[in-house]
Amino acid sequence: MSDQKKNDEIHGVVAYFDDVDSVMSAARKVRDAGYKKWDAYTPFPVHGIDEAMGTKPTILPWIVLGMGLTGMACGLLLQWYTNAYDYVFLISGKPNWSLPANIPVTFEVVILFSAYTAFFAMLGLNKLPHLSNPLHKLPKFRRVTADRFAICVEAKDPNFDADRVRAILGADTSEMEDCPVDTSRAALPLWFHAVMALVTCATFIPLSLAVKGRFATSEKPRYHVWPDMDFQRKRKTQTGWEGFEDGRSMRLPVEGTIPRGELRDDFELYFGVAQGSSVPPRATYDAGSMGGEKHEWLQSFPTAVVVDEALLERGRERYGIYCGVCHGAQGNGLGAVALRAKAIDAEQWGWVSPKALQSDSAKAYTNGELFHIASHGISSMKGYGSQITPKDRWAIVAFVRAIQASQALPKAPGDLPEGVDFEPVPTIKDVRLSEASVDAPAGGTEPAGEAR
Amino acid sequence: MTITDPSAFGSQPSGEDDPSVRPSLVEGVNEDFSSVTDAVAGIAEIPVERTNRAWIICFAISVSLLGMLGMLILHLITTGVGVWGNNNPAYWGWPIVNFVFWVGIGHAGTLISAILFLTRQNWRTGVNRAAEAMTIFAVVCAGMFPGIHIGRVWVAYWLFPLPNQMAMWPNFRSPLLWDVFAVSTYASVSLLFWYMGMVPDLATFRDRAVNNTRRIAYGIFSLGWTGSSRHWHVYERAYLLLAALATPLVLSVHSVVSFDFAVSQLPGWHTTIFPPYFVAGAIFSGFAMVLTLMIPARQFFGLKHIITMRHIDVMCRILMATGLMVGYAYSIEFFIAWYGGVQYESFAFVNRAFGNYWWAYWIMVTCNVIIPQLFWSKKLRANLWVVMIVSITTNIGMWFERFVIAVTSLSRDFVPSSWGYFSPTWVDVTMFIGSFGLFFTLFLLFLRFLPVVAIAEVKTVMPQAHAHGEDHGESHSAGGSAAAPASRHDA
Repeated sequence: MSDQKKNDEIHGVVAYFDDVDSVMSAARKVRDAGYKKWDAYTPFPVHGIDEAMGTKPTILPWIVLGMGLTGMACGLLLQWYTNAYDYVFLISGKPNWSLPANIPVTFEVVILFSAYTAFFAMLGLNKLPHLSNPLHKLPKFRRVTADRFAICVEAKDPNFDADRVRAILGADTSEMEDCPVDTSRAALPLWFHAVMALVTCATFIPLSLAVKGRFATSEKPRYHVWPDMDFQRKRKTQTGWEGFEDGRSMRLPVEGTIPRGELRDDFELYFGVAQGSSVPPRATYDAGSMGGEKHEWLQSFPTAVVVDEALLERGRERYGIYCGVCHGAQGNGLGAVALRAKAIDAEQWGWVSPKALQSDSAKAYTNGELFHIASHGISSMKGYGSQITPKDRWAIVAFVRAIQASQALPKAPGDLPEGVDFEPVPTIKDVRLSEASVDAPAGGTEPAGEAR
Repeated sequence: MTITDPSAFGSQPSGEDDPSVRPSLVEGVNEDFSSVTDAVAGIAEIPVERTNRAWIICFAISVSLLGMLGMLILHLITTGVGVWGNNNPAYWGWPIVNFVFWVGIGHAGTLISAILFLTRQNWRTGVNRAAEAMTIFAVVCAGMFPGIHIGRVWVAYWLFPLPNQMAMWPNFRSPLLWDVFAVSTYASVSLLFWYMGMVPDLATFRDRAVNNTRRIAYGIFSLGWTGSSRHWHVYERAYLLLAALATPLVLSVHSVVSFDFAVSQLPGWHTTIFPPYFVAGAIFSGFAMVLTLMIPARQFFGLKHIITMRHIDVMCRILMATGLMVGYAYSIEFFIAWYGGVQYESFAFVNRAFGNYWWAYWIMVTCNVIIPQLFWSKKLRANLWVVMIVSITTNIGMWFERFVIAVTSLSRDFVPSSWGYFSPTWVDVTMFIGSFGLFFTLFLLFLRFLPVVAIAEVKTVMPQAHAHGEDHGESHSAGGSAAAPASRHDA
């Protein structure tokens, strides 16, 4: 019983040796005595001691092999996912996924995984780092990393018997001592635990911020870590700046000059009003405020525009490009957009159907007003001034007048030449909702006729 | 120094001149485990106030250069890469030349550690630690140049496949990305290899520590190493695996670096010989740097018996062999340019030797091919001044090799209207000098505070390290009689 008590107090019995031969010889004896919890400590790896100690081969190579193969899979998967699946882009006509191009990176990833595994699995299998070891407390043990050898049989071994161990080791050893259980280990101070707990909690802050940023919505603009050229030392348009007398950052043209492309001295051509009269504002046409007497709208065509067949042909072409999709090829307001809007009942959202150009109200506009509407828009319609040149807008006006004259007739007039087939064009009111469909060719006579 | 212990390696006692006998790895009649430990650990244990004066002067210069490098990098980042001479058509100027130069130097360390370990070249034990350290510090210098070359260094993370708000991924079909993987893998694996080899020696330092600061610092980094044989068993296996992994790695890294050039279509770059040619050049320059560093270090720190004349002799031979390989590559490039019959290729190589940069080309040939031929003479290999000068000219020559490859090809590309002449700016020059400051600062700190020689490994190649009582039935005392045959565990 006294032995048992003693075993609890000591970590193990340590014997020191001065050369390789004696430690090898002692190791064989300890091995043969059947001990398991013991080890030989040497300043360098002693050749043959594994056999003398009965150490079994480590499984480390298999772990490394497994992780190397994992690395290969990861390397290939990474390249496949990034370049062939998630973000496919063409580089010099190379295939998106070709193994030869992926060999270098795959190889490097295999090496990376294997090497890290070899190192960290070595630490893991050896249970390192292990900074608090009772053997480190023995002053004599310190020479083991320099020029001495030692064997320690630990008290934890089920067969441990201090006297028997001393007898086994005694034959070869030069010195022997008991290694006491390390009782000097003071508990870590309270503040250390507190600080570590705080630090541990704090390490979750970046992660939680990232998660929040990922899944929460915010009205604030994204925080610019690297603003690059987002913010520049310059004044933006339409902002104020006290540096100029008028308090604006933008400058007006120099007195007496006209910016390139801004010359508008032909009022008839550019504004659709009589020369020298007041210029209508660049605003969406409002019949209430703009119609009538406020402006001297042009009744005919500007002097600069010659109405002839070429102009009408040009107008027909431009009308087909810009206007027909809403107003219909025949000007009856049955363009594809209009039909679709009708089909989905777009008026509930404020849609105003395109006007049938043959209607009386459309006919009532002066040429100048039509030009202004084509330029700046009316109700739902946006202006086309920025897309169509003034002369082309006048050509469109001329074409609209032509279809008003030719297709707005309620019934076949008697003065039509013989053989001309006339049928009144349908209007938006004639389209029954159920039959209106986006598939109907815009403004075509035949489908429109069927819709009727 | 000339006293050898022939029992260490030779199978029979013999004089130094007998070519069939290898001189011992550790010289000196009375060397034992404690004296080796003392010699190496003693360097790191010199009190601060008694530091070697030469070390202090070198360190002061290196740190000043490092500070200058820091200021230059700041200048570069705040101003832009226009401070360099890189401009149309030579967009790859000194930064890439310096990158390849440094990464090439970094190859000798892993070569010595890994390839010579696998091939059982036990003479490596004296120099491998310092060579590995040199590798890591050279790779640090190398990694810096492409890092700052990208212009907007704050988005350097775009080089790596990280999920980002742009929903974009890097292009894995580009050799430049292979380079990112190769160099970063190489840097981190070399660091692991170096550190792992150092753990037992750090434990030695810990156990010899005379004050608490040293005990705690070395204690933490030695991870509680006890020298347990069960640990050694796993450790040796891990070391072998790392060596086996690092061997193809070291060959792959400079191959991938050469792909940066070879995969492009520029005449003078687009050649299949580049990977082996670059690897040979890397080993060449790496061994030159090892010699440049080791010769003064063994002189100043009293390690002449551990880093012996035999080490220097072997490294000189390797230097000459790799120098011949590089010379062969130079000539075969010309042969292929002529034999291939492509006029652009022929022009590129004629231009290389006789064009605007003829001076750079002939400096390269002189330093890399002609001067190393001195090492055919054993007498010259034994003259440390000659060895030192040749190792330095080799480094110069290898820098010029990269300059010749990068700049002559770029400055004369397919379109004659864009031909130009590259001139470095003062920032180019001072930054390159500054990179030596970074390298030597790290290396001098290593010399001062870490185990310069792999203590545990050196002990394994000493005669006393082998048990032979049972194997041979005879006793053999430490550093003892010259007549006693030593066992070679690796024979």
